This record gives sequence, structure tokens and C-alpha cells, in this order.
Amino acid sequence: MPAVSKGDGMRGLAVFISDIRNCKSKEAEIKRINKELANIRSKFKGDKALDGYSKKKYVCKLLFIFLLGHDIDFGHMEAVNLLSSNKYTEKQIGYLFISVLVNSNSELIRLINNAIKNDLSSRNPTFMCLALHCIANVGSREMAEAFASEIPRILVAGDTMDSVKQSAALCLLRLYKTSPDLVLMGEWTSRVVHLLNDQHMGVVTAAISLITCLSQKNPDEFKTCVSLAVSRLSRIVSSASTDLQDYTYYFVPAPWLSCKLLRLLQCYPPPEDGAVKGRLVECLETILNKAQEPPKSKKVQHSNAKNAILFEAISLIIHYDSEPNLLVRACNQLGQFLQHRETNLRYLALESMCTLASSEFSHEAVKTHIETVINALKTERDVSVRQRAADLLYAMCDRSNAKQIVAEMLSYLETADYSIREEMVLKVAILAEKYAVDYSWYVDTILNLIRIAGDYVSEEVWYRVIQIVINRDDVQGYAAKTVFEVLELVVGRWFGSVLLGRPLVQFNLLHSKFHLCSVPTRALLLSAYIKFINLFPETKATIQEVLRCDSQIRNSDVELQQRAVEYLKLSSIASTDVLATVLEEMPPFPERESSILAKLKKKKGPGAVSVTELDDSKREAGELNGGADRGPDTASTPSPSADLLGIRSAAPVGAAQTNAGSLLVDVFSDSGPAAPSAAVNDDGFLRFVCKNNGVLFENQLLQIGIKSEYRQNLGRMYLFYGNKTSVQFASFSTTVSCPGELQLNVQSKPVEPLVEGGAQIQQVLNIECITDFCDAPLLNIKFRYGGALQNLTLKLPVTINKFFQPTEMSSSDFFQRWKQLSQPQQEAQKIFKANHSMDTEVLKAKLLGLGTALLDNIDPNPENYVCAGVIQTKGQQIGCLLRLEPNAQAQMYRLTLRCSKDTVSKRLCELLAQQF
Amino acid sequence: MRFLLLFSRQGKLRLQKWFTPLTDREKKKVIRDMMMLVLARPPRSCNFLQWRDLKIVYKRYASLYFCAGLEDKDNELLALEVLHRYVELLDKYFGNVCELDIIFNFEKAYFILDEFLMGGEILETSKLAVGVSMEEADTLQEEEKEQEEVGKTDKERFACGRGLRE
Repeated sequence: MPAVSKGDGMRGLAVFISDIRNCKSKEAEIKRINKELANIRSKFKGDKALDGYSKKKYVCKLLFIFLLGHDIDFGHMEAVNLLSSNKYTEKQIGYLFISVLVNSNSELIRLINNAIKNDLSSRNPTFMCLALHCIANVGSREMAEAFASEIPRILVAGDTMDSVKQSAALCLLRLYKTSPDLVLMGEWTSRVVHLLNDQHMGVVTAAISLITCLSQKNPDEFKTCVSLAVSRLSRIVSSASTDLQDYTYYFVPAPWLSCKLLRLLQCYPPPEDGAVKGRLVECLETILNKAQEPPKSKKVQHSNAKNAILFEAISLIIHYDSEPNLLVRACNQLGQFLQHRETNLRYLALESMCTLASSEFSHEAVKTHIETVINALKTERDVSVRQRAADLLYAMCDRSNAKQIVAEMLSYLETADYSIREEMVLKVAILAEKYAVDYSWYVDTILNLIRIAGDYVSEEVWYRVIQIVINRDDVQGYAAKTVFEVLELVVGRWFGSVLLGRPLVQFNLLHSKFHLCSVPTRALLLSAYIKFINLFPETKATIQEVLRCDSQIRNSDVELQQRAVEYLKLSSIASTDVLATVLEEMPPFPERESSILAKLKKKKGPGAVSVTELDDSKREAGELNGGADRGPDTASTPSPSADLLGIRSAAPVGAAQTNAGSLLVDVFSDSGPAAPSAAVNDDGFLRFVCKNNGVLFENQLLQIGIKSEYRQNLGRMYLFYGNKTSVQFASFSTTVSCPGELQLNVQSKPVEPLVEGGAQIQQVLNIECITDFCDAPLLNIKFRYGGALQNLTLKLPVTINKFFQPTEMSSSDFFQRWKQLSQPQQEAQKIFKANHSMDTEVLKAKLLGLGTALLDNIDPNPENYVCAGVIQTKGQQIGCLLRLEPNAQAQMYRLTLRCSKDTVSKRLCELLAQQF
Repeated sequence: MRFLLLFSRQGKLRLQKWFTPLTDREKKKVIRDMMMLVLARPPRSCNFLQWRDLKIVYKRYASLYFCAGLEDKDNELLALEVLHRYVELLDKYFGNVCELDIIFNFEKAYFILDEFLMGGEILETSKLAVGVSMEEADTLQEEEKEQEEVGKTDKERFACGRGLRE
């Protein structure tokens, strides 16, 4: 029988917890808590020194109160004191408190780091583990700075206990995730990789998570792990279920380790070594075979563990995408699961098939399951399973089955759950556009969509439909007719035959719904009204009256007011001719990425479209959207009349996209920079390698935009700090520091210490490149917001390539220079997976943004890109040649750089490998 | 794994563990959303759902829901077994663990979790190894003065006192 308080009971704590549980109301609870807080405060402040036990008890009570959801603003110091206690439980509670409650209070951090340092060097494994846990739990930059160099040493030291090694591996992983720049594996790399061979299964299990993460970032340095992982996997897969003792989980040998090994292998292409590859294929076959064997236990844990490995193996097979035999077996296995009685397996099978559908080997095999999937969409009881079914239908859709799938999705929409309607609407809209064979089908589908789920049709879809209809003359007639039919149905009147003959009726029809429309729609309607005046002068009086009424010309919305005032004036002073010129037809919409695709892309998740698909549909949408004869150049020139009136045709689309962006913010996407700790933004930094302007950083408080220009070895950067709140920032200060003082010289003037709410201030940096460099300058920003000190550090996107001068050269020159730079250290090469679209135009834009000249007709393979440039530093000019070889099928690139200076080759290679 | 939450059917949070830095406001939002989503699920639904860009895996044990937020590449079935292994570890330590054990010994529940997961990754899958490490920790403790049974009445124990069962 377990005691209430097991181990070291803290009676006072138990009494307090029961008191809280007995509170009948929220008020009573708060009263009891306040009483306790007062008590603890007086104990902490009292003259009598508290013994360790009392301190532990009170700190634990505070923790309990905090976890109930109340704020705690004291006790941190007492918790820190507990860290240096010799008693394990006191230390343990101290660390728990710190892990849960302390983020980056700078004064405390120093004390905490001290205590951690002592424990790490104590050689007491339990203390060491506690300290490592604390570092991993807090994971702040300060901690990384203090310990990132120490932990690898602990990890690979020969005399470290296994349990400490395990903690050290995962602790290091956590630090690497938050501050990759501080964790330098370099000399440890091979010893870390060899942890895969460790005798202790627990050590391997922990270490492999670290190795996987490091391999994703530096595949080349860790590639020896592939053969080690294969042999380890092979040993596990072929072992009997009892061989691994306690690492066997419900008769499945080491399921966690197996899955992690299979996951690690997914960071790499198939092994090149024939023997290794053979062994791996054997493993995968064994795993697939085992799925057909009768289960060794009826427990769900057994089947879960076994199937977890199976799904991971299937993921690897899909990742390799090169073994048709295995792919078909995987697809068949998933097909079996689609009809399995376990809902979980049906869900996962639908999810895995989504990725399988994008492989050319298995796309057809996936399509054979279409009836089962449609059935799942109709009959599954669980909405999350239905959602997966909808995702899979979307993924398996192509020209051959588009009509069937779109029809099924539309009919499902009629009864679909509210939670998934919006996404379904987007998907239907995209499929309809992508696979439209005739326009009447497209228009019918979209209008059906609007009829069924009008409320869920976002503005992006509306605008896209308008884009397409306007750009295609032949659709317009059909669309207008159909739309009016629908509209009239909605209004409940039937004017069929008088559509074109009675403009006033049309106008009244339109205007009757005006007050129900959103602001952007109203703005569009107002523009439509002025066009009515132009085309049908008999409506002029009625419309002027509408424009003149207070709800228009005094509308609180500036845009509406402005339009009303301008149109009214225009209609009364302009002659018919002028009016006709001003209101001339708009040129077609410029080719742009479909606004709805952009929206769906933002909605991540497995259902989202893959990058290649996007390109595909973009191309097809382009065809649908006006044909090839309308070049983007003519289309993007706005007609002067449009500007005069301020009705920029593209404006609503742009506005809608920004809106969509802010609507879809999710907590995790901005968690990095928004966290109170002074984390360095790596992502923001990398976005600027190939461009010079944009938003560098944004959180709830602050937005930082940059504009920069470079010439020879000099650069100028404008920083714009925007206060997003309505409260003043006080003591605003910025400092720029260059890691290598002798490489880069950055000059700036101090900024105003006060930034009013909503205001933006500007700062100019003058940059001089003295010699080539790797580390970017750091920008530290400090300010007070509502009393709290905010402190953040950003990497300024000053990279070596900014000092490029493009160099044009002929093919023979290029190859001559290429040969001249043939020393091994002058070349840097990387093979990596494509992270972004492999679209030609996108790639070209990036390479030009890099600053080099993009050279045509040099590489014998026209798919490859070749660039040349000279980096200008104060003392030196460094010639650089670049070659980028995309492999669209494998979604990989090979990047080769040759520069007259080896460090530059290396650095450029690192920077660029993350851009494509 | 990004986070692990334990909450009761009545929507009381019993344990929260975050493996990536989030502000308090974001945490509250996640907790609220998870409870809303998971508690509303009809019985015998599948144990997975999609929430924003995370995969949510949850399982109910007696009156407690165990709910984990996974990243895109994590394995759902294995995460389900992570939850199960955690219940087993709690069970081993407390003996027929029930919600009350976790309420009254919340710090132990955190310690056991720390022995098992770190930064959202599996630290040690062996039940034996984790158990040993917890016992070592207990034996390291000084003898405490009083060990009075407080708080828990028989009524509060679970039906038949069988603890957390699926």
C-alpha cells in the first residue's frame, strides 16, 4: 500500500495540498493560497535561519502553487540555495523549481550556473545527472554559453558512468537545438558516432537522438554512422525477443532504438556500399515479413511497438524511393491497414499513404485504394480519421480521377465538421483549378463550393476566382451568367431575361446586399458602381445618391470613405470621355502565385501540398490563367488610369495575404524569437543570404526591418526598429559587436533611448569588410517594456557573399580558372536535400541575389548552374567559382565551390547549403 | 516530443512538461486547447489528432488523460507506448498508482519523468534501469522525521482502488 507521501514525506506539504483540495470555491482556494504565501514569505524573511528541510518544503509548496496556475514572484533565491545542499532531495527540489520557474533572470543565472558547475565536476553520477537535467530543462543561451564545451567532454570521457553519458547526450542535443552555433562537435564527431557501438543499449538509445539531429545539419561529417546504424539494426532485427532482456518491450526487441535507427537512416540517401545496402534491404524485408506473422502477444502494447517499427521502416522505404519491390510491398501493407479494425492503424495508414502517393513508383498503386479511402471519408466515425482520408484523396488526385475526387469532397463538405471545413474548401478550390479540363466545370465546382460552404470560403479563394475569370475572356460570360443565377436565387427574385437590359435592376440587386458585405467587398462594389455610371448613364442619379449618403462619404473606414468621395466627385465633374478613359478595362492580373496555394502552404501539416506539387500547379494555373501569349512584363505594368483612382488592382490580393498570415500565426512558429531569453535568430539570418531587405525579426513587441546595400568592400545597413505595442520602450539601446574585430568593421551611432508606442526609429550601420570572415556581427538590443528588461541578440545578416562583384566570363575562361583552383582545400562540396522549391526561376533569383554572375552555356548539362564572382575585402580580392547541380528526382543538390582562399570556399558552401 | 500534459476528466491539470521554450501565455493556450480537443473526443476514437503543425497523441488511463504533442517526424505509435511506459513506471514506484498519488507526490511524478525523458527524447527505455535509479535516489534520502498518513480517504481512492488502468 503506497503511502501518501512516499520517500521523504513532507507533512506540511501534504496538509496544504489537502486543504486546497477541500476548498469549495475558487475564492476559498485563493484565500488559502494567499495565506500560505504570506506564511512562506515571513519564514523566508524571518531572522531565524531556515534548515534545509524547511526550505525544501516551502520551495515545494511554492512550486505547487505555481503549477496550480498562480504567479510566484519570490523564493527563487531559496531554491538556488538548495542547489548547493549536500542532501540529494533538497538539491533535487531546488533543481525542479529552477527548471519549472526560472527562465533567464540574469542575476540568478550566474548563481545557478555556478551550482551546476560544481555538480558537474562532483564525479557523483546522481548529482551530475541532476545538473544535466537542469541544463536541458532550461536550455537557455546563457546555459549553452557556460556548458556547451564541457558536455561533449563528459559524453565521450572513458570513465563517465553510462547513466551520465545518456543524460549528457540528450542535454547536448537540447543545447544544439537552441544554440547550434555554440555546440562545436569538431574533434568529438567520430567518438560520438561510435557511441552507436556502445555495449549499453540505453547509451545507444540516447546518443542516437543526438546523432540524428547532428546528421541532419552536417550529413557529410556524420556519414560513417550509416554503416554502424545498419549493422546495429540488423543485430536487433535478427535477435530473438528475449535476447535484449529489459530492452525488449512486450516481446518486441528494442522498439525505441529500432525506430530511431530507421529514422537516422532517413537523413541519408541509400547506402552506396553494396554490402551495407544488401544488409539493410534484408532488415527491411524482415520487418515487412514479421508484420505477417501471428502476434506473440494479444496486448495492444505488443502490436503498437511492432507496428511502430513497421511504419518507420515504410517511411525509410518511401524516403529512398528507389526500390520498387519494397515500395509495392509497403503500399500493400498499408492497404491492409486501411481496413484494419484498429482505428489507430487506419489513421496512420492514411497518413503514410499520403507520402507514398507522391512517389512515382507507387502513385498508381496508391490510386487503386481510392474506393476504400472515399468510403473512409464517408463512414469513419472519428473526425481526425476523416480528415486524413480527405488529405489522402487530395494527395492521390490527378487528371484521371480529379472529377470523382472533387465531387466526393464536395458532397462530403455538405456534412463536414466545422473544424475541417476551411481546409477542405481550400483543397477543393486548388484541385478544381489544377485539374480543370473545361472552364464550365471549374466555374460550376467553385460556385457549388460557395453555395455549400460559403462562410468558409476565404477571401483568397474569392480573389483567385476573380483573377481567373477576369484573365479569361471566354469564361467571363459563363461565369457572369451563373453567378447572377446564384445571386438571384439568394436574393429570391428571378430576373432571368432582363439581366442585360435593365441595369437599374441589376444595380438594386447588387446594392441590396451591400450592407451585409465585408469592407473589402464593399470597396469592390463601390468601384463597380462607378463603372455602372460609365456604362449606363441612366443609373447615374441613383448611384450618386447612394454615394452621397452619410454612411458612404462619412464612413469610418478610410478606404470606403475615400472611394465614395472620389467617385462622387469623378461622376459629377468628369465628362463622359474622361470617365470612359479612367474606367477603361483593367489589364489582366499579373501572373502570380495563387493566393490560395499560399494560404494552404501556411497551414502546414501532412495534408499540405508538397513543393513540387506547388510548382506544378503554378505552371498549370498559369495556363489556365491567361495563356502564354501574355508575358508577365506587359501584365505587370499597371495602367495609369488605375493609379489615378487609387484602385490598384492587385491591392486587395496583397492585403488578403498579409491578413491570412497574421490569422494563421501559431504558437510554435514564433516561439524561438518570442521567448524571453536572448536567443540568437539563426533562421532570420539565413533568410538574408540571398537578399538584402526584409523583416529580420518580429515578436509581440518589436519588429526589426533591414535594408542594406553593398559596394566593393563597403556596405551600409539601415535598421528599422518598430514598437508594435502602444506602450513606450524605455532605455532602448543597441550594440553591435563583431566576433572577429579584425575582419569586419561596423560603425553606428547610438539610437534614441525612447521609442514611443507604434513608432519606428532608424539606425544606420556602416560596414567595412577588412578580410574574409565567417562569424556574423551580433546585434544586441536592450529595452524596458512595462518595467521588464527585454534583451535580445540577433545575428546581423552580413555574410561574406555580400561583398561579391559579379564576373562575366566565357566558357573557356571559366574552365581554365576552375582548373587553376584545383588544390583540394580550395574546393568545398556539399550534397544536400532540397528544402525549398527546385523551380528554375526561384533558383536563378537566389543565385543572382547571392551577388555572383550567373553564367549561361558553360556547364555541358543545361540543368546545372554556374556562377562566378570576386569577393572584395580591404586587402584582398578573392575569386570564387560556383557550380550547383540539382537532381530533381532525388530532390537533392550537389554544390561545389572553388575559391582562391580555402576558408571562403568552406564558408560559402555552409551558407549556401541552407538556401536551396 | 514538444510537451506532455496530464489532466483529469474534469479538466484539472496534474502535470505539465514543456520541452521547448514557450511563454506562459502560449502554454496556457496549449493547455486550454488540448483539454478542449481531447476531452471532447468520443470514446473509442483514435488516439491521434492533428493540431496546428503538431501531432497530438493521447490516451486515457482511468480518470487521467496523458497527452503528448509530437513533431512531424515523431512516431505516433511509439509515443503511445512512451505514455504507457510512463504509467508503468509510476505504477512501479507507487504501486497501483492513482491520480491522488500524482496530486500528492507531484514532485515524484516529475522526477520519474525526468529519469525517462529528457528534452522530449527517450533517455532510458528499460523499466529496470529507471526503477533502480529512482530507488537509489530514495535511499540517498535522509530519514525523515514523521511519516503520517494524511489527506487521502478511502472514498477518494479509485473505485476498487485499482489505480490507473486503461
